[in-house]
Amino acid sequence: MSIWEYANPKKFMQTSAWALPWALAATVLCLSVGLIWGFFFTPDDYKQGATVKIIYLHVPAAMMAINAWVMMLVASLIWIVRRHHVSALAAKAAAPVGLTFTLIALVTGALWGQPMWGTWWAWDPRLTSFLILCLFYMGYIALWSAVEDPDTAADLTGVLCIVGSVFAVLSRYAVNFWNQGLHQGASLSMDAKENVSDVFWIPLVICIAGFILLFVTLVLMRTRTEIRARRVAALLARERLA
Amino acid sequence: MIALLARDLRLAVRAGGGFGLGLAFFLLVAVLVPLGVGPQGDTLARIAPGILWVGALLACLLSLDRIFALDFEDGSLDLLATSPVPMEGAVAVKALAHWLVTGLPLTLAAPVLGVLLYLPGPGYLWLVVSLALGTPALSVIGAFGAALVVGLKRGGLLMSLLVLPLYVPTLIFGAEVVKRGAAGMEVATPLALLAGITAGALALLPFAAAAAIRVNLR
Amino acid sequence: MMPDLGKYAFAVLASYGATIVLIGALVALSFRQRARVKKTLDEVEARAAAQTGKNDG
Repeated sequence: MSIWEYANPKKFMQTSAWALPWALAATVLCLSVGLIWGFFFTPDDYKQGATVKIIYLHVPAAMMAINAWVMMLVASLIWIVRRHHVSALAAKAAAPVGLTFTLIALVTGALWGQPMWGTWWAWDPRLTSFLILCLFYMGYIALWSAVEDPDTAADLTGVLCIVGSVFAVLSRYAVNFWNQGLHQGASLSMDAKENVSDVFWIPLVICIAGFILLFVTLVLMRTRTEIRARRVAALLARERLA
Repeated sequence: MIALLARDLRLAVRAGGGFGLGLAFFLLVAVLVPLGVGPQGDTLARIAPGILWVGALLACLLSLDRIFALDFEDGSLDLLATSPVPMEGAVAVKALAHWLVTGLPLTLAAPVLGVLLYLPGPGYLWLVVSLALGTPALSVIGAFGAALVVGLKRGGLLMSLLVLPLYVPTLIFGAEVVKRGAAGMEVATPLALLAGITAGALALLPFAAAAAIRVNLR
Repeated sequence: MMPDLGKYAFAVLASYGATIVLIGALVALSFRQRARVKKTLDEVEARAAAQTGKNDG
């Protein structure tokens, strides 16, 4: 038994068919418990008032936006080193999910920033790096859809993902440097996590689990779709030959 | 490899080769921005480092798709792939040729445009230094982007989308050097980081670009 | 039942609304793609099976 067993599309389809309903059920359970708890049954923060409820969307979405890219990086590396098609397709399947999480993080951040900081947008290092991450996702998805041959597309996007990861990390630090150079000391601290009490912490953890499960479910489902699409293409090619 | 460099340079300088277009574009940016922003000296002086760097970056982007596209169309890229020169070396030489016809003229022209934008006195030296250090990175990152889209029909727009996010660190550190230099502050830290990014890009990206070209030629 | 959101009602409700819309769109898109690809695959596989059956017989 090894993890590479799941690189076989057939085995992956069997296992994921079994796992998908469970993952879906767990996602719905976690997200509804976490979000309903967060929205209806948490007190207001003494400083931030009701806006603290946005944390249950903003923080998990932001975490998963980054984790989705890391997952794509790992999947791309596996594809490039070991040439397992499922891996490349999983990276392709994850990109739109990651982009959606990035957009959620940006939108909820803007809506949260407006009453708290008095502005929809600030060139805060974190905000800026999320905008750049958003651009990386868009480029990655655009390259997938632009290249027709699936293996070529997988190779090119894999290389792009690896190079992009290096530059995304560089940008993260560059942006930090750039903003400190402008405004000495960040007045807009976004580190809410450090002083969160249990009342907010427990539903937040449930929401984070919910978003992780949502990501897993969607990626499993979308990867299955991609594998099926591949099979359709292969069968159609065989039909044309016959 | 030297023959390849000479050939690329000759093709670029020849009429219709695109040499000078980037330079003209750079000039246009430097003229259009004051027209849009207004002629106030202090405003222009404050944004001059950023404008000059963004202008140089866009001018660089303009000519990127020429690095490989023409050679791909007429088949000379296939010849290069079978030649004894490793593809990594060919990519590096082509990026160097691109820098010689784009990055170097931009670097030399930048001080003149700095005058148009009222760049403060001490900034000129650092403008030239930062562009000289940063534009090679722009060329080699661009060569990577061009290698990714080399087989595509309309790759130009897609390439901009892929390359521009990769330019972010270079732009930030480059403009920071000029900004600090113009304000008379120390520039060693951003300059070192800029040089580091350029060195890293020069060392590693030819391999990534060569891999992408091999995939595209398959 | 509705919690009192005070003056921040817009920010909170818009955040939840935007998130639900975005995730809903992604989920709907994923399910639609899945249904479409599954249908095509079934058709093509049925055709392929018929083809091999004819060749064998």
